[in-house]
Amino acid sequence: MAVYEPPTSIYGPVTDWATDFDHADPEYNRNAHQIWEDLREKCPVAHSNRYGGTWLPVTHETVREVAYDTENFTSRAVVVSTVIPEDEAPIGGAPPITSDPPFHHDARRLLLPPFAPKKIAEWEGEIRTLCRDLLDRMQAKIEAGETIDAALDYAQHIPVNVISRMLGFPLEDDDLFREFVHDILESINGEPEERIRSFERIDAYLLAQIEDHRANPRDDLTSYLMDVEMFDAKLPDSMVGGVILLLLVAGIDTTWSAIGSSIWHLATHPDDRQRLVNEPELMTTAIEEFLRAYAPVTMARLVAKDHDFHGCPMKKDEWVLLPFPAANLDPAEFVDADKVLLDREENRHAAFGLGIHRCLGSNLARLELRVAVEEFLERFPNFEINGTENDVVWSVGQIRGPRQLPVRVLNTAAL
Amino acid sequence: MRIHVDADKCQGHNRCYALAPELFDVDDYGNAVVIGDGSVSPDLVERAKLAVANCPEFAITITE
Repeated sequence: MAVYEPPTSIYGPVTDWATDFDHADPEYNRNAHQIWEDLREKCPVAHSNRYGGTWLPVTHETVREVAYDTENFTSRAVVVSTVIPEDEAPIGGAPPITSDPPFHHDARRLLLPPFAPKKIAEWEGEIRTLCRDLLDRMQAKIEAGETIDAALDYAQHIPVNVISRMLGFPLEDDDLFREFVHDILESINGEPEERIRSFERIDAYLLAQIEDHRANPRDDLTSYLMDVEMFDAKLPDSMVGGVILLLLVAGIDTTWSAIGSSIWHLATHPDDRQRLVNEPELMTTAIEEFLRAYAPVTMARLVAKDHDFHGCPMKKDEWVLLPFPAANLDPAEFVDADKVLLDREENRHAAFGLGIHRCLGSNLARLELRVAVEEFLERFPNFEINGTENDVVWSVGQIRGPRQLPVRVLNTAAL
Repeated sequence: MRIHVDADKCQGHNRCYALAPELFDVDDYGNAVVIGDGSVSPDLVERAKLAVANCPEFAITITE
């Protein structure tokens, strides 16, 4: 199993989180809750010179405002990095996440039907089987005296497997997909030329898959995208590839992170773990609470034109990080915002974003998260971190979650 | 009591449909619609309030 290696930075370690923050510094995701809390009090819209200038609003109010304001902020690029893509608004390189109105509306409508709740519900059985197979393998490792890792042996396999099946891609390419996603989402503060090469490699792979589907059409999402029409014409291959890239990137690390963070919470909070075992009817509110407290996704925008935002002089083409997870922890919006309450009934969290770019795959992500947690607890009702918190490795960049999560399964009777 | 969904605000988070499927349905695009004329029977009042309190886009309202 490959050991997780955080990418190297061209900027060096952060010196001050209010004036020099860098979400790709490994310390950021590890200490994110504390960093956001400190900033919320002293600097609710922070600025860093890194990446050509980056803003970081951390209150629910400011995150919400940016999310709703498609005039002053463009989605043309949504991953902060050393390279600003050349793709032009309103389409962008991976529509509709990189698209602005009015094009966004039409591109999104193409993708909504296959991800609507009733369509997604059909996948539950297959996801459950997948989770049980992974748990069988983990159990076999335990019986062989080997250690297990809830991120590497479990969480990371679930979303990549599901999206590969939906797209009709070779299931054995799952390591490759995770590499692509890693290159896009985590290798963001490396040399720009390296990043451009990564994208070329991904484009070549996706075009080969599209060619394969053209030669052998089948009933899957890739063929659907190649057939569907927008403005009375089929989509060009470049756009089909862009949409698929979006589905891979947006669907893999994000859900992997949500599953991993939820299991991390249960491993480190035995009372909550036991309560969820004893009261499975709390699962619905518990899952929403995990999504609130450990929302994995920070989106980003580019400033579309010079303007003043809450006293901050924002310049065109500066980046703005949109930390929905920070918004979810804002005490101005949530009672006991810093506490995880499994039975929280009022939970207007923004884990899947706000406004027109609401996560397209939210129904699928929720289903995968719920089934993954249910099956894990069913198989292993009692477990803890194997080692210390230092043995847990968190991702770097805009998607936050554990990339290594060693767990030790305990005898339930011992409780 | 009646519930209403503001179609311009709804972004298809589907929280209402999950919490109160007796009161809300979703269309082929995953956007919420009220069932029937949106009337809420007394036994579903709590569910209706939960749906309002969990909509991230503040798209649901209740009128008496």
